[in-house]
Amino acid sequence: MSLNKEATDATAIGDVEGVTLYDVDHPAPVIEAPRKRTKKTPKATRGNFEMYGWLFMRLSGIVLVVLVLGHLLIQLVLDGGVSKIGFAFVAGRWASPFWQAWDLIMLWLAMLHGANGLRTIINDYAERDNTRFWLKMLLYTATVFTVLLGTLVIFTFDPNIR
Amino acid sequence: MPAGTLYRGREGMWSWVAHRVTGVLIFFFLFVHVLDTALVRVSPEAYDDVVATYKTPIVALLEYGLVAAILFHALNGLRIVAVDFWSKGPRYQKQMLWTVMGIWIVLMVGALYPVLGHAVREVFGS
Ligand code: HEM
Ligand code: HEM
Repeated sequence: MSLNKEATDATAIGDVEGVTLYDVDHPAPVIEAPRKRTKKTPKATRGNFEMYGWLFMRLSGIVLVVLVLGHLLIQLVLDGGVSKIGFAFVAGRWASPFWQAWDLIMLWLAMLHGANGLRTIINDYAERDNTRFWLKMLLYTATVFTVLLGTLVIFTFDPNIR
Repeated sequence: MPAGTLYRGREGMWSWVAHRVTGVLIFFFLFVHVLDTALVRVSPEAYDDVVATYKTPIVALLEYGLVAAILFHALNGLRIVAVDFWSKGPRYQKQMLWTVMGIWIVLMVGALYPVLGHAVREVFGS
């Protein structure tokens, strides 16, 4: 049979154009869909980190609208705007656990939201592996430092420091 | 520049650029802001000295700029959330952008006196 001879010749086109190697008795090999989950796919994939990051940006953003715009209203608009700010003013505000909690949540959410945003931007523009790695290390160091310092300041604030 | 490779994304592209730029600006401000607030752990005088610079006319202009950046980022951020989660969001993204800009202008006009009033009084006397 000429078809079988063709098969050993490693070409899929038969003598007459349009005649193929495959028919009902000789089905074509199945080509697996790209990225299909099979038995060979490793169990440990990379997980959904980027999806949770995407979701966090949106959820934290909604909360930050209230926290940050409220903060700006208090600091820049109400009660004489910036002119009233000073040590005594801060002492008055942080005497209340409510405003301590407000500032603490705002600090953590804004820093994590901003840091995750900057991570995306670094990934977008820093093309060399080395540059990208070190920029992100700098970002993470600055973020951890700022969050810890801000948290410490809220919890250890002492109105009678003098 | 090779012909035909310039991406012209219109309003959607420019709002994305502005969202990015304002996000970075706010992050850098926040870094400095936590450092200056930390001075309350040094001494009341150290804190009040630094806060005094926040009350000068030139820094008042910067504060107005910061308010502009945050208001845009916040309003446009809500628009992004609406585009992603509201089924009709993508269809109305352009109308929502103009709504954002409208609210932004109103709030910026409203912030003029509270944020810059004291600076104007200082520069022009009275
Ligand atoms: C020019 C505008 C601003 C002024 C005058 C201002 C003023 C202040 C003051 C006086 C405090 C001391 C605590 C208190 O009173 O609540 C404070 C703390 C804080 N502010 Fe602002 N703020 C401004 C903008 C912002 C913005 C835009 C953000 C967020 C992106 C922010 C985030 C914070 C945080 C996280 C704290 C707590 C700091 C810490 O934990 O040590 N502030 N701010
Ligand atoms: C006031 C309320 C806020 C809202 C509603 C908001 C909303 C958002 C949203 C939805 C994104 C995601 C964009 C995307 O995935 O494509 C985003 C990105 C970002 N945000 Fe915010 N945000 C707010 C406050 C802040 C603050 C306080 C900072 C800085 C500390 C900040 C810094 C950033 C940065 C750097 C990005 C990344 C921009 C990019 O990838 O192009 N945002 N914001």
